[in-house]
Amino acid sequence: MRRSLLGRFWPNAVAVLLFVFFVFPVYWMATTAFKPDIDIISSTPDFVPFHGTLAHFDKAVHASGFWTLVRNSFTVTLGAVLLSLAIALLASFALARMRFRGRKAFVLIVMMAQMAPWEVMTISVYMIVRDQDQLNSLLPLTLFYMMMVLPFTIWTLRGFIAAVPRELEESALVDGCTRAQAFVRVVFPLLAPGLMATSLFGFITAWNEFPLVLILNKQSGQTLPLWLTQFQTNFGDDWGATMAASTLFTIPVVIVFLILQRKAVGGLTAGAVKG
Amino acid sequence: MGAPSTRTPTRPTSESTPPPPPPAHRRRSAGGLAARGAPYLLILPALVATAALLAYPLLRNLLISFQNLNAFQLIQHTTDWIGFGNYTDQLTSSDFWHTTLRSVLFTAANVALIMAVGTLVGLLLNRLGRRMRLLLSLGLILAWAMPYVAGTTVYQWLFDSRYGVVNWLLDRLGWHSMAGFNWFGGLFSTFAVITLMVVWQSIPFVALNLYAGLTTISAELFEAARMDGATAWRTFRSVTFPILRPFFLSTTFLEIIWVFKAFTQVYALNAGGPAGSTQTLPVYAFIEGVGNQHYGVGAAISTLTILILLVLMSYYFRIILKQEDDL
Repeated sequence: MRRSLLGRFWPNAVAVLLFVFFVFPVYWMATTAFKPDIDIISSTPDFVPFHGTLAHFDKAVHASGFWTLVRNSFTVTLGAVLLSLAIALLASFALARMRFRGRKAFVLIVMMAQMAPWEVMTISVYMIVRDQDQLNSLLPLTLFYMMMVLPFTIWTLRGFIAAVPRELEESALVDGCTRAQAFVRVVFPLLAPGLMATSLFGFITAWNEFPLVLILNKQSGQTLPLWLTQFQTNFGDDWGATMAASTLFTIPVVIVFLILQRKAVGGLTAGAVKG
Repeated sequence: MGAPSTRTPTRPTSESTPPPPPPAHRRRSAGGLAARGAPYLLILPALVATAALLAYPLLRNLLISFQNLNAFQLIQHTTDWIGFGNYTDQLTSSDFWHTTLRSVLFTAANVALIMAVGTLVGLLLNRLGRRMRLLLSLGLILAWAMPYVAGTTVYQWLFDSRYGVVNWLLDRLGWHSMAGFNWFGGLFSTFAVITLMVVWQSIPFVALNLYAGLTTISAELFEAARMDGATAWRTFRSVTFPILRPFFLSTTFLEIIWVFKAFTQVYALNAGGPAGSTQTLPVYAFIEGVGNQHYGVGAAISTLTILILLVLMSYYFRIILKQEDDL
C-alpha cells in the first residue's frame, strides 16, 4: 500500500516548517552576532549575512569584568559538579549494591529533592547566606548548585553502577581485594562514561542557574547568566553585542548537549515509558 | 532546578525509573556490625547535604513566613513574630488571588500547547523518513539546548518593536499595524511572547521522548490497526495512547510542575511587567519579598506556592510509584 504523492509530501513539508520554527531563534542569535550594525538596524532584515564582523564579540569579551565572570562561572560549576560526584558516588554505590533498611525512604528523599522548588526558595536561601556573612561570594553558590544537581547525579550513577556486572567485583574480592579496593580498581574505571555523562548534565544545570545568583551576588561573585541579563540592560539596544554575548554563553552548552543527546533521550525514556 | 532551572536533560524524568529489584542479598556471614553500617555511612554525606542545603532552607522559609521581616528588621537583626498575619493578608488580598488565577491559566495554556503540539511533533517524527527525521531532531535539540537566559535575550530581540524580525514579518504579511508594535507594553502580548518561548523550549523534551517511546511499540500493532481500517486518530486513541499512557501522565504532570514554578523565563523577559500584570506566583513572591523587601510576605507567598506544588507533586509521585509497582 503506497502512500500517494501528496501523502508523502505533507509530512516532509510540515517537518521543514517545524525545523525552521525551532532553529530560527538560534540561527538569528548567531547571525545577528556576526552582522555589522548597519545590517542589524535596517528596515529589511538581512537573513543571510555576507559581511561578517567580529566587532560585537570583541565588545562582549572586553566588557568590564567579562573574564572574571567566566572564571566565576567555571569555578562554581566545576566545584558543584565535582562535589556532587563525590557525594553521589558513595550514595549511589549503596543504592545499587546494598540492601538496607530505609533504602526505599532514601530513594524517595532523592526523588523529592530532585523536584525541589528552588525558584521559590530564594528568600530563605538569601537569609541563610546573609546570616553567614557569605553574600557576594562563590562558596554558597557552589554548595547550593551542588545540592541542585546532587539528586540527579545519585540517581543516574546508581543506574551506571548497577550496570557493572557484579561478577567482576566478586572476582576481585575472591582475588583478595577489599570491597573498597574492588570498587576503586574494578568498578570505577568502568564507570568513566557514566561519570562523564552525569557530570555534563550537572554542568548544564549549574551553568544556566539564574534565580539564586540574582539574589545572592548583587555586588560581586556574579556568574554569566546574571551578566547576560544585565548586558541587555546595560548596553540597551546594542543587539549585536547582546547576541554575541548570548552566543558565547550558549556555545559550551550546545557542545555538551550535542555530545549527550543520545543519552538524554534514551536515558529519560527508559524511565518514562514502560509498555 | 530547572530545570531544572533549565529545560535541559537535567530534568528529572529519569527519576521515574524505579529502583532495580533489590540486589540479591550477599551471604557474608562475617559481615557483622561494620558491614551493616556501611550503607548508612555511604549515604550519610548525601543526607547531611540534603538536610543542610534543602530541608533547612525549606524550614527557614516557613519560619520567615510567620515573621514581620522588612528592610528595618533585617538591618536591626530583630525577629518580630506575627503568627499567621502574612498568610491572612495574602489570602484576603485580591492581588494574591489574581496572581494565582493568572498562574493557573498561564500553566494550563502552556501545558495544553506543549502536550498537544509535542505529541503531534513526536508522531510526525515517527512517520518521517530517516533524513528528514534527523533534520527535525537536530532543530529540536538545538532549541532544547538553548539556555533559558540566552533564549530570553533572543526572544526580546526577535520581538523588538523597531528592528525585531517578527514585526517586520507581520507587516510584510499584510498586518501593517504591527510595524513598531511594542510586545512588552501589554498584558496579553507579553504573555503571548512568554508562552511562545516556553512552548518552544519545552516541545523538544515531549516530542523526542514520545518518539523514543513510539519506537518501542511493535510495528505489528500499527499494521493490524491499519488492516482494520483504523483512521490515524483511532490508531492513536486505541493503540498509541493506551500503551504510552504512563509516559503521557507523568510528562503532563512534570510539565505542569515546571511551568507553574517557572521563574527565569517570566522574570528575565519582562520582570513581570508591564506594571506587574504578568507576575506569576514565583515572580510575585520574588518581587514582594526581595524587590519590595517584604521578606516575610514573600516567604508566605513562597510557602503557599510550595503547598500548591506539593499537591501537584503528590499526584506525580502517585503516578510514578504506581508504575513501579507494575514492574
